[in-house]
Amino acid sequence: MKLTLKIWRQKNAKNKGKIVEYPIDGISPDMSFLEMLDVLNQKLITEGEEPVAFDHDCREGICGSCSLYINGEAHGPDRRVTTCQLHMRKFKDGDTIFIEPFRANAFPVIKDLIVDRSAFDRIQHAGGFISVNTSGNTQDGNAIPISKHAADEAMDAATCIGCGACVASCKNSSAMLFVGAKVSQYALLPQGQVEATDRVQNMVAQMDLEGFGNCTNTGACEVECPKGISLENIARMNRELIKANLKG
Amino acid sequence: MALDSKIPKGPLADKWTSHKNSIDLVNPANKRNIDVIVVGTGLAGGSAAATLAELGYNVKAFCFQDSPRRAHSIAAQGGINAAKNYQGDGDSTYRLFYDTVKGGDYRSREANVYRLAEVSTNIIDQCVAQGVPFARDYGGLLDNRSFGGVLVSRTFYAKGQTGQQLLLGAYSAMNRQIGRGKIKMYNRHEMLDVVVVDGKARGIITRNLVTGEIERHSGHAVVLGSGGYGNVFYLSTNAMGSNVTAAWKAHKRGAYFANPCYTQIHPTCIPVSGDHQSKLTLMSESLRNDGRIWVPKKLEDAKAIQNKTLKPTAIAEEDRDYFLERRYPAFGNLVPRDVASRAAKERCDAGFGVNATGEAVFLDFASAIIRYGKEQAHVKGLDENNDDLVQSLGKEIVKSKYGNLFQMYEKIVDENPYETPMMIYPAVHYTMGGVWVDYNLQTTVPGLYAIGEANFSDHGANRLGASALMQGLADGYFVLPYTIGNYLSNDIRTGPISTETKEFEEAEKNVRQQIDQFINNKGSKPVDYFHKRLGKIMWNKCGMARNEKDLKEAIEEISALRKEFYKEVLVPGDADEFNEELAKAGRVADFLELGELFAKDALVREESAGGHFREEYQTADGEAQRRKEFQFVSAWEYKGEPKDAQLHKEELVYENIEVKERSYK
Repeated sequence: MKLTLKIWRQKNAKNKGKIVEYPIDGISPDMSFLEMLDVLNQKLITEGEEPVAFDHDCREGICGSCSLYINGEAHGPDRRVTTCQLHMRKFKDGDTIFIEPFRANAFPVIKDLIVDRSAFDRIQHAGGFISVNTSGNTQDGNAIPISKHAADEAMDAATCIGCGACVASCKNSSAMLFVGAKVSQYALLPQGQVEATDRVQNMVAQMDLEGFGNCTNTGACEVECPKGISLENIARMNRELIKANLKG
Repeated sequence: MALDSKIPKGPLADKWTSHKNSIDLVNPANKRNIDVIVVGTGLAGGSAAATLAELGYNVKAFCFQDSPRRAHSIAAQGGINAAKNYQGDGDSTYRLFYDTVKGGDYRSREANVYRLAEVSTNIIDQCVAQGVPFARDYGGLLDNRSFGGVLVSRTFYAKGQTGQQLLLGAYSAMNRQIGRGKIKMYNRHEMLDVVVVDGKARGIITRNLVTGEIERHSGHAVVLGSGGYGNVFYLSTNAMGSNVTAAWKAHKRGAYFANPCYTQIHPTCIPVSGDHQSKLTLMSESLRNDGRIWVPKKLEDAKAIQNKTLKPTAIAEEDRDYFLERRYPAFGNLVPRDVASRAAKERCDAGFGVNATGEAVFLDFASAIIRYGKEQAHVKGLDENNDDLVQSLGKEIVKSKYGNLFQMYEKIVDENPYETPMMIYPAVHYTMGGVWVDYNLQTTVPGLYAIGEANFSDHGANRLGASALMQGLADGYFVLPYTIGNYLSNDIRTGPISTETKEFEEAEKNVRQQIDQFINNKGSKPVDYFHKRLGKIMWNKCGMARNEKDLKEAIEEISALRKEFYKEVLVPGDADEFNEELAKAGRVADFLELGELFAKDALVREESAGGHFREEYQTADGEAQRRKEFQFVSAWEYKGEPKDAQLHKEELVYENIEVKERSYK
């Protein structure tokens, strides 16, 4: 395959960036999108240019490192995949592909296509946990039966990989799908009830502090989420928040 | 230096309890004055960092990813073992211990493995308390599945994402401590050296991967939870960034490196599709619960499949060779990984491979779909003889069990595994070898600890499925936080460790020198060029089957490649900026040394055991042949070039288990 890549290049957080065009040839449809970028980078390095910086690690869709806004969509045109699982067979020979970083005020660019998503970590520090110390005498794992339905639903929420596609896809740069998923996981389980009030209040407060926008129910996040996290989680988070605020 | 494993005296089942009771404690007020460095935030590092902080120590945690949640433990799929015996199928601490020692081909340390089995049940309780959403049955109780090499169901799981959920559990425990200020987290930092002061590990040198800044960090102890070194093969199921650098730098500072040649080649991975390939993808071992592995019986059928002139579904049942079921009737498709991998290689080498490269076998769910379909039809009172109905009901069940894995396969290979069998081939997955540690998980450098995959101690020559998660969390939650107290109790009067000493200066200078050397080298070939070549040597000559001639050649070739690397490597950009190529150069430099030691270790070990298969040592029917005189751990001391490394032996003593030929027939 022969392609024209239009890639966002930005030296660092302080410099201004711009789109640079790179023609590329000899791409196999069996390559993953990141392997296509590997090919480009090897070429750039041997030609004495700097390679394009992008985040990546596990390359099997679970670590949440890879990002990329490809032709105007987080993780590209395929559904339920991360960029590392996107294969070139989803494109046509001769295509022009725009590759940009995830854009949001709360995700500043570090270099080229890499953004700083540490805001997500800080939201988790605020309450994304159950306060239980490690000890050898926690009660038995089967002491509290949890209905299969609740466990499965909690698992569906917990499957979030923290990639930030929801934020990048949202016109308000809202992180509510991400926060809603974590709040939901604990809200659905008996273990999470004790701290439910503080958790949702603290996490939402930190989310606002980081500069993420609000949800206006356009649903783009759900469509682009590589793990299919449902909008219901946002609704559940809002219910939890109202409940918590009423309690005071 | 003689190796002292420090195994406590007394009966096996009492060792850990009596050892815990004799450990010196540090009073809570003193813990506030003690700093512990933890490198790596996977299951081992993350759980250790959280637990040490809960105890009151000041923890500094480091990871090269942009968040601790992205450590590669996240990719573990199938499950975690624990001797809960919830299924009432005869499981016990002893049985988990026995299975693990046997599975490791009698090359692991009895006392460590027993302790691992003992604390396994605590792990499940702890994770449930943290809110890990394990799979449950309709009664609301925890569900189990089976894994290879055992005859009980003791594997707990969260869909095909168990590693993710356990890591997020450890990450949440870390977050609580980061929020309280007890853990100071350094993301996007790479450890580039250990600093040893007066014979004790007292700090590390790191590089900030965003700014390029070289930093000094001090602590009273250093814990390595930096994972395994499978990427020495270039292609593996490890993450792109997984590397040996932290462990290797520790080795160069005096920590012995144990059993480097013990590598796990996992049988069920997606086959290599071409030269562009950057990594390999695992298909969880849990698939072998229901998938049947086969190749055609007739060579002409295999050829036709390779040329794509025949479809696998067109091959009649009697013309299929279910070679694992044929060779190992007792365990069938659930034999341990090393056995399954070698059996697949044997068939492919004989010409029966089923893809264009001849390096793949089928993993077929057709009979499971029919079995589940009929069962469902029966439960629902529908017609069990209606094939279409049975197919669709069966596929629903298979989807509910393995849906995310099937989807992953389809995205990569572009074939629908519900309709045609998957193709799989073995790939490098895990390294049993690692930094040598004693019973306290301390290396041969006082104050330097290694946990999880980074150490060597629990899996012998082969790891059983769902045991890596168990070991990582056991070390981090339940072992290290106790054993490290013994060492730190001597440090209550030490006070803060200064970074303004000649040892820190020297270590920092070394790190800067290497970085400058790479940046100024201006060679002609990128780092990947050398990494790929190293990987080819490793796979072809130190892979699933090894022999003396190949290993000797590998040693020469790796040594020559290393020289070429330093002469010809091209690293673009500068040192004081985000520069992935620079980070990669440092990692590959270490792989090029480790690779040679790996081959040397494999050459010296003149026997076959677990993942280490020497062609010269096999039984008449092609099984691994252990030799009594090799019942020891090879611990290598750094002496400059890898070829000069000095071997120390730790004899393995089996008092509670009879060492016999490992049979899965």
